[in-house]
Amino acid sequence: MKALYFAWVRERIGLAEEDIAPPGEVVTVRQLIDWLSARGEGYAAAFANPATIRAAVDKIHAAPDAPIVAAREIAFFPPMTGG
Amino acid sequence: MTQRTAPSVRVQAENFDPGREQALLTHGRRNIGALVSFVGLCRDEDGSLESLELEHYPGMAEAEIARVADQALERWPLQGLTVIHRFGRIRPGEQIVLVLTAARRRADAFAAAEFLMDYLKTRAPFWKKERRADGAPDDWVEARFEDDDAMARWR
Repeated sequence: MKALYFAWVRERIGLAEEDIAPPGEVVTVRQLIDWLSARGEGYAAAFANPATIRAAVDKIHAAPDAPIVAAREIAFFPPMTGG
Repeated sequence: MTQRTAPSVRVQAENFDPGREQALLTHGRRNIGALVSFVGLCRDEDGSLESLELEHYPGMAEAEIARVADQALERWPLQGLTVIHRFGRIRPGEQIVLVLTAARRRADAFAAAEFLMDYLKTRAPFWKKERRADGAPDDWVEARFEDDDAMARWR
């Protein structure tokens, strides 16, 4: 699946997007955050405070316990500040 | 008789002309009694802001605004609805967002416009980064809890 990162999540990880292949036991947004956090310092910094992370699965807002199994695209970003 | 109102949703780098958008929305229509136009502008924060860089999530930004627009159409009997949100570099005084709501009666047009703005601010995937006039490092604008409260009152 494709992972996308926006705003300071993107800056801390140092990537706008990448292909990821999490193991089969990673089935929710929250578990994916934990799995990504272990990939390196930038990831750990980006996901250090889960309360400030929002996620979207296939371009729809997703809660931490939302399933990711059939997802093609998962995005992580801070709370939105548009308008 | 009743025709489903199709919202016009655009996400673009270019500026927009509210007068032109209003004319497009009302052209040939005789059943609109109220049109509310909201324009969000870039403030200079008392001179401390040089510009904003608005990042967005292409595809989701359009889709999420369309979802919010559909919710507004379900809640209020609107005759027309336009939302334009810009991205990229925006300087103080420039326009960021436009919401136009048209209805038979003003109460519906006012309420729908306020609902749309409250939802856009907390659900549309845009992020503002501030470039400071004094040359200090750029910094991301933090989400305001007041915006969450503003959205919560529509539940």
